Amino acid sequence: MSADVTAEGGHGAVPLSPDVPVEPKPAVTRRDWPLYEVFVRGKRGLNHVHVGSLHAPDDEMAVHAARDLYTRRNEGVSIWVVRAADITASSPDEKDPMFAPSGDKVYRHPTFYEIPENVPHI
Amino acid sequence: MSAPTLERPAPDEAALQQQFDATIAAEHRIEPRDWMPEGYRKTLIRQIAQHAHSEIIGMQPEGDWLLAAPSLRRKAILLAKVQDEAGHGLYLYSAAETLGADRADLTDKLIEQKQKYSSIFNYPTLTYADVGVIGWLVDGAAICNQVPLCRSSYGPYARAMIRVCKEESFHQRQGYELLMTMMRGTAEQQAMVQDAVDRWWWPSLMMFGPPDDDSPNSAQSMAWGIKRHSNDELRQRFVDMTVPQAEVLGVTLPDPDLALDTATGKHRFGTIDWTEFKQVITGNGPANAERIRRRRAARDDNAWVTEAATAYAQKHAGAAA
Repeated sequence: MSADVTAEGGHGAVPLSPDVPVEPKPAVTRRDWPLYEVFVRGKRGLNHVHVGSLHAPDDEMAVHAARDLYTRRNEGVSIWVVRAADITASSPDEKDPMFAPSGDKVYRHPTFYEIPENVPHI
Repeated sequence: MSAPTLERPAPDEAALQQQFDATIAAEHRIEPRDWMPEGYRKTLIRQIAQHAHSEIIGMQPEGDWLLAAPSLRRKAILLAKVQDEAGHGLYLYSAAETLGADRADLTDKLIEQKQKYSSIFNYPTLTYADVGVIGWLVDGAAICNQVPLCRSSYGPYARAMIRVCKEESFHQRQGYELLMTMMRGTAEQQAMVQDAVDRWWWPSLMMFGPPDDDSPNSAQSMAWGIKRHSNDELRQRFVDMTVPQAEVLGVTLPDPDLALDTATGKHRFGTIDWTEFKQVITGNGPANAERIRRRRAARDDNAWVTEAATAYAQKHAGAAA
């Protein structure tokens, strides 16, 4: 039994040794469509939530594809799609110090304030 | 205003590694834009790509029965299931792309057979009972493998797997129900079910991969939170789950050594033929060539659709501007 077969992914064991190539080849001509990020409103009253991405030739087709891919079982009542390239993100790292300043402003939270127990409705 | 992030000195690799290790240790998720070790990224791409390939190739054995399903009800169910497999493949390619992979390139690597898909899909579906047995045993085994992946340390993969697992439950139940219906039928139908079970049982056990003492890559994947249980643990869980289901169905699992160990409450089972597994995985299974041929045809014969839609989108964008 070869040592380079592993079963970590879903439907069963396949070779996953380091000689399985993963680096994308530089494409001579791009064959695939642009990448879209998909947001679905689960039901009325809820925000749209990011659910994944897909490739589509244009905005309209992206909405149709998103319906087929992400709402086959009534998962949504509304879909937003946006080209991934058009999204501006806070930083290249999810642990950015950008969010650190809000960490020490405890006075922004209601629990910061001590109110006697005999004060009602506050 | 200049972006402050650009002016920050790049943290050294040791600090980044420490941050990564702390995230894993705290059972928090790694997200796409986080720093991650190169080995982690590559291992995940390999794993997610083969998983996606398996879903896409997995459409074929059952798809072969779409036009021969015995009723409109069965056809609608099978169509929904095969469509789900396409969806699972796309969720997973989408997760792989967050790691810097390219979907079209992954498909090329599949067709060029540089990346593999699960060996289970290289067996043919000879009768309609195979559709039921695939749902019951193959999807049942896949669920055992996949449920722990919902807690994978890589966020996009874990989220894709949660979605996949919800849908797999329908797959397994429709398969079992199909088999129960056939087992209430004629002697010929019952024999068909038993024959399908005989053919699919051992390949289903092989899906969990080589025994633990023969899978040296597992330790690193465990440490990274990519793998949660060992191959043998999951295989044992599958056997213990399946034996009572087989009894209710009224079929015999084709293993004379299969017996309940009353001391442990677990089932002992016979030796798996890893030579057969190796043969199938290296391309000598009954349907390897056909699976790849059809995937290649789907890419090449439909390329004009992709190109036409791109041309239309470009023309449309030009007119709007």
